Amino acid sequence: MSGTGIGARVQRKEDFRFITGKGQYVDDVNRHGQAHAAFLRSPHAHAEILRIDASAALAAPGVVAVFTGDDLAADKIGGLICGWMIHSKDGSPMKAGAHPALAQGKVRYVGDHVAVVIAETQSQARDALEKVVVDYKVLPAIVGMADAVRSGAAVIHDVAPENTVYNWEIGNKDETAAAFAKAAHVTKIDLVNNRLVPNPMEPRAAVGDYDSGNDHFTLYTTSQNPHVARLVLSAFIGIAPEHKLRVIAPDVGGGFGSKIFIYAEETVCVWAAKKVGRPVKWTSDRTEAFLSDAHGRDHVTHAEMALDASGKITGVRVHTQANLGAYLSTFASCVPTYLYAPLLSGQYNIPAIHVEVDGIYTNTAPVDAYRGAGRPEATFVIERLVEVAAREIGKDPADFRRQNFVTQFPHQTPVIMCYDAGDYDAALRKALDMADYANIGARKAESARKGLLRGVGFSAYIEACGIAPSAAVGSLGAGVGLWESAEVRVNPVGTVEILTGSHSHGQGHETTFAQLVSERLGISIDNVSIVHGDTDKVQMGMGTYGSRSGAVGMSALSKALDKIEAKAKKVAGFVLEASADDIEFKDGKFTVRGTDKEIDFASVALQAYIAHKFNGQELEPGLKESAFWDPTNFTFPAGVHICELEIDPATGVTRIDRWTAVDDFGNVINPMIVEGQVHGGIAQGVGQALLEGAVYDASGQLVTASYMDYSMPRAGDLPSYQIGMTQTACPSNPLGIKGCGEAGAIAAPPAVINAITDAIGHEDIAMPATPLAVWRAIQKHGLRAAAE
Amino acid sequence: MYPFTYHRPDSVSAAAKLAGDAEAKVMAGGMTLLPTMKQRLASPGAIVDLNGVSGLSGVTVESGKVTIGAMTRHADVATNAALHKAIPALADLAGWIGDPMVRHRGTIGGSVANNDPAADYPSACLALGATIVTDRREIAADDFFTGLFDTALQPGELITKIVFPIPQKAAYQKFRNPASRYAIVGVFVAQTSGGVRVAVTGAGESGVFRVESFEAALAKDFSAKAIEGIKVSPDGLNSDIHADAEYRAHLINVMARRAVDAAR
Repeated sequence: MSGTGIGARVQRKEDFRFITGKGQYVDDVNRHGQAHAAFLRSPHAHAEILRIDASAALAAPGVVAVFTGDDLAADKIGGLICGWMIHSKDGSPMKAGAHPALAQGKVRYVGDHVAVVIAETQSQARDALEKVVVDYKVLPAIVGMADAVRSGAAVIHDVAPENTVYNWEIGNKDETAAAFAKAAHVTKIDLVNNRLVPNPMEPRAAVGDYDSGNDHFTLYTTSQNPHVARLVLSAFIGIAPEHKLRVIAPDVGGGFGSKIFIYAEETVCVWAAKKVGRPVKWTSDRTEAFLSDAHGRDHVTHAEMALDASGKITGVRVHTQANLGAYLSTFASCVPTYLYAPLLSGQYNIPAIHVEVDGIYTNTAPVDAYRGAGRPEATFVIERLVEVAAREIGKDPADFRRQNFVTQFPHQTPVIMCYDAGDYDAALRKALDMADYANIGARKAESARKGLLRGVGFSAYIEACGIAPSAAVGSLGAGVGLWESAEVRVNPVGTVEILTGSHSHGQGHETTFAQLVSERLGISIDNVSIVHGDTDKVQMGMGTYGSRSGAVGMSALSKALDKIEAKAKKVAGFVLEASADDIEFKDGKFTVRGTDKEIDFASVALQAYIAHKFNGQELEPGLKESAFWDPTNFTFPAGVHICELEIDPATGVTRIDRWTAVDDFGNVINPMIVEGQVHGGIAQGVGQALLEGAVYDASGQLVTASYMDYSMPRAGDLPSYQIGMTQTACPSNPLGIKGCGEAGAIAAPPAVINAITDAIGHEDIAMPATPLAVWRAIQKHGLRAAAE
Repeated sequence: MYPFTYHRPDSVSAAAKLAGDAEAKVMAGGMTLLPTMKQRLASPGAIVDLNGVSGLSGVTVESGKVTIGAMTRHADVATNAALHKAIPALADLAGWIGDPMVRHRGTIGGSVANNDPAADYPSACLALGATIVTDRREIAADDFFTGLFDTALQPGELITKIVFPIPQKAAYQKFRNPASRYAIVGVFVAQTSGGVRVAVTGAGESGVFRVESFEAALAKDFSAKAIEGIKVSPDGLNSDIHADAEYRAHLINVMARRAVDAAR
């Protein structure tokens, strides 16, 4: 074996390129003769556009063109779409307002796209932007959800007169009500899940190019799913048929969900390339990213948990208002519904659950999937409920969780999901041990001697990943299937090219996918190359999000490798003059069972292509296979995170002292990469809990539109993590993989808030728990220590 | 960024002459000016870059005072061995400004002339009773900081150096904005031959200010306990999403006590 197979802690192949500055991102793409686009963005949260006068801009130096929504409409370019249909509980379809790429008659959030200026240079485009004159009639801005649903509120989309996209529900209302009627104890909480700005290191960018000789478009774009982008741009927006549109997502510097979606800017750049007869380039600056990247989270929730006299959970009911922003982004509708509510059973055996979700329009940036997408929101609800319930009935939070854990698999929850495998108590035991929970009392006393408040918080999270069985999501309203594809091309010398529909934008696929090939074919990862992110090279694929590339993308690769192995055995059989049935393949060698006759993989590859040893009519020459894999179920990564922190009551400053994470991701391809995903996920989760929060003022201006006010986590905000793993193989895919990309961001927020509330002795603290918020909470309620 | 004329004079007099143009902005480290220009929030007709002027950098310690040239970078102040002995609080302050890039570009003169209400140096100048020396006069710190981004500098007047009397003991304690890392409240406490001086940055609506109630109490008893019960009024303090005026008022007391405890 080459030592680079499954489970090997090999360094990332792609890092040399990235670390030495040789990555090729969209902004590195420069096409001959390209012009530059700048977008005029609405300064108002809500306004009618009375008139746009572009004459001065058109006359400005270097300006090639100025386009508005009227120009798109004249070319019959459709609006941006939301690809998941949600029905309200009364059966009516969601109320999706039109979402033109450039505003038509109205703007609905600060940063909304009003016009595009295309000029010789970026500076000239920006200079001319200031010369576009727009007359607005300013309308009342709806910023908060309470204001949106108030009677008489200004209407954001005519199609949704109550600013409500849907009133959705799931679960059994009557059974849940019955459980609460019989409850010995009911715990009630009110929560806000704060709005986040994704902030990938690389901002979005697009270069549109048009080849008039072939009537063919090329779009270079920062996408997590270039084939989906092509599908939407072709079939719904109407740029060009799919065979006339190539979408390339080259190196992409982080996405966290925000680059799943099809945005106005890339739509306009690729359309305008034909209009002006030149390539058109746009690169977002950081302020534009804050204003117009789809934001994440933003829920207001009331949740209740019913317990019987023994402390057994008998029911959960939840009512959530989800802020969807001014327009429905590409997958916005499913995030607070099917990606959220089905996770509200957590790791627990809960016989009755009922969830209502109202999707609300506001005059804010669209909200869509952000690392975890629905599952962090669900985990925050259930893990806060469990923690508060344990405290209210006087049980140790670890014991209370253990009492209610699901222990038998498969486990059907009352809210769709069927958990296939797990051992939740194993993760809890290991985490308690690693965190030295037994001695927390002594550590709290030591902190108290220093005048500090020490708290410990648990988060026993579960997520549904490996997204997703196509028929299942189709029955829930998805407009696409969520299988994945792979093609394996073996070269005559035995090196291998993998074409995958997954897309790597930080995940390390060039390494992990190669490790699977290394494991299966017995060749070094150095002899494997990964091709992704180009619709002209790679067969249709669904891209990367929802921790799906390992569980779904690599399963497709595994299936294709099965076919390669079967074909190669046939070739080896001809070469070794034996029946293919008698050929064994192990460690890169084909042998005739029971003999010493053998041939290595590279030689078989060569034989497959020279085709001298077999008749082309009985066996096709060549060694290339492809496969599509549609999973049989979601996967269910789960684990226990324990946060231990100290609060300085004089300032409200929280310092995380210890972080223990024990995760069950099923089988692991590269533990180093998995640990990196856990590290980054926890950082983002801690960011949400302590630091990050998008704030709009009453007029709908984004107050946190730069790093001066939007607080990202820094290394110094985080402790050195203790990471452990348990493993139960996932039965729902051939590799037993569950996925790890979102776990930290899902697990971390409730662990932090449970620890802070433990430290200060009451439950009234919202995220982000900034020093101001913590100090205020202490001022309002006093310290537990003072009360004791 | 809008177009501008770029000047790089090699003497103070030449720089002062160019800086007299009403359209011109003087650039030292450029750590505030350049970002605002890039964001199109500032559009000076001309930039007078002081980085070509020699003789404006360096730290000297002699006869009871520290003199720091206007173009001395924060990193050079933070790491100056003589300053660490003379006024360790000032070196510590410089080491906590911004990030490494800012500390290697930003200058003391630029920071003081800009008088950002959340900048660190103004508190040191005020608490230590520094003298701001310009190309034409000497200005006491007490008279120099006149309001938000406002100073006693005349148009075209250039800071050449700042002179700090060495205190008996001093310390600076900063409560940083979690996002920008500027001071939400920065308190510089100094026990000087002229008495105890306490200066606060980051908190005041009009920039840096002194807390006389603290100074009086500390003059009698230089201990944290002496000011523990003295409340600071939130009137005139900033409120933003990171800290409201009441929290800032509270933090002024906390940071002042910690500075007294840390003073050396």
